[in-house]
Amino acid sequence: MLESGVVFDTLRPHDLHEAISLLELHGEAARVVAGGTDVMVQIPVGRIKPGVLVSLDRIAGLRQLECTSDRGLTLGALATHNDVVDSASCARSYPALVEGCRLVGSVQLRNLATVGGNLCNASPSADATPPLVVYGAAVALLGPRGERTMPLEEFLVGPGKTALAHDEVLVRIDVPMPTLRSGARYERTTPRLAMDIAFVNVAVMVILENDLETCREARIALGAVAPTVVRARSAEAALREQALTPELFEEAGRIAASECSPITDVRGSADGRIDAVQMLVRRCLREALERAKES
Amino acid sequence: MEKHIIELTVNGRLREIEVEPYLSLLDLVRYRLLLPGSKAGCLTGDCGACTMLVNGRAVTSCLMLAVQADGKSIVTIEGLEQDGKLHPLQEAFVSFGAAQCGFCIPGTVLAAKYLLDQNPNPTLDEIREGMAGNLCRCTGYTKIYEAIEAASAAMRGEKV
Repeated sequence: MLESGVVFDTLRPHDLHEAISLLELHGEAARVVAGGTDVMVQIPVGRIKPGVLVSLDRIAGLRQLECTSDRGLTLGALATHNDVVDSASCARSYPALVEGCRLVGSVQLRNLATVGGNLCNASPSADATPPLVVYGAAVALLGPRGERTMPLEEFLVGPGKTALAHDEVLVRIDVPMPTLRSGARYERTTPRLAMDIAFVNVAVMVILENDLETCREARIALGAVAPTVVRARSAEAALREQALTPELFEEAGRIAASECSPITDVRGSADGRIDAVQMLVRRCLREALERAKES
Repeated sequence: MEKHIIELTVNGRLREIEVEPYLSLLDLVRYRLLLPGSKAGCLTGDCGACTMLVNGRAVTSCLMLAVQADGKSIVTIEGLEQDGKLHPLQEAFVSFGAAQCGFCIPGTVLAAKYLLDQNPNPTLDEIREGMAGNLCRCTGYTKIYEAIEAASAAMRGEKV
């Protein structure tokens, strides 16, 4: 980035062991870079000031995307948003995740931006996050002390903040295979039709009992209405073991809206967000139910 | 700070080149390889003027580090014509008047190429979605979409 005048070194380790050693060696001066779509934007404006970038691009095996019936979906750290969008197995088994990933930026951006890197950037309005949460995703972090895993909700700590230690790399995202009779949906509202960041976003998963009418479990994840993605637990409880009707979906939408306290910002008002949560939860529940019946 | 030596294929030619580690791929192409077709627009990945193909995939090259292009195959707008013959997309952009000032056009044409590589028979909605990453201040996009539709028909061997 010649125009910005910012200089830094870029190291390209051959494997994760080397990457972690470099992070330990350079300490606070080092930043990991994957696709670069956040890092390369933040450096010229001084939001991050690396002495050294540690690029993962040379490390073999990090871009994998595998889907098996027993392990579910495994996304390597370098799997891009378009890898997910173009994956037939994701379309079949994780449609809400595909819905989220295909809305990120432009096609050019989706060819570079990694899902793992996006999670590490921890934007409250990230599009892949609510679907990954309702699918029960966990992240795997590798550091000098070995690998640890944690649920995604635990990994995301605040806007731009994660549980990643400075000498750790997010290496993998594990998403269990959805159960039978479950369906999930992701929707967002944005001022523009494309190239925009969510005003509010919602993902919902509905798991049905054998009768295909009663809800065994509902998961509702709300984005862009709190410092991190949040679960609408009261709305979820209101749906549990209930016959799923349009009236109940309305009610769940109202409860979910009352559970969040969004802010007013450049994209719109807090009140507008509350209304949007209600609408999106209702719409997602309707669609998720249809998918659960079909599954 | 030491430079890195990288090897990459650019428009079909293998190049070995020394780059500063903080260069973007766009910087490399414009200021080291002296291929000025790719444009520096927003430098934040929003406008698409820097679009080029890396291993066949359209990317905003302002966001990619030059060193990350090591071992890859790059196609810039300069590489689209073959043996002096314009690509059907280029032909269509000319005949439909899809360019005005021309600044967005190299990125737009390459994004369109990627779109048609992925989907040889796109609907208008699919064209809009695939081209959403290329901003044009001049044309209002209509003739760009018409040119893409015509080029896709020509590439499928259909009469336009």
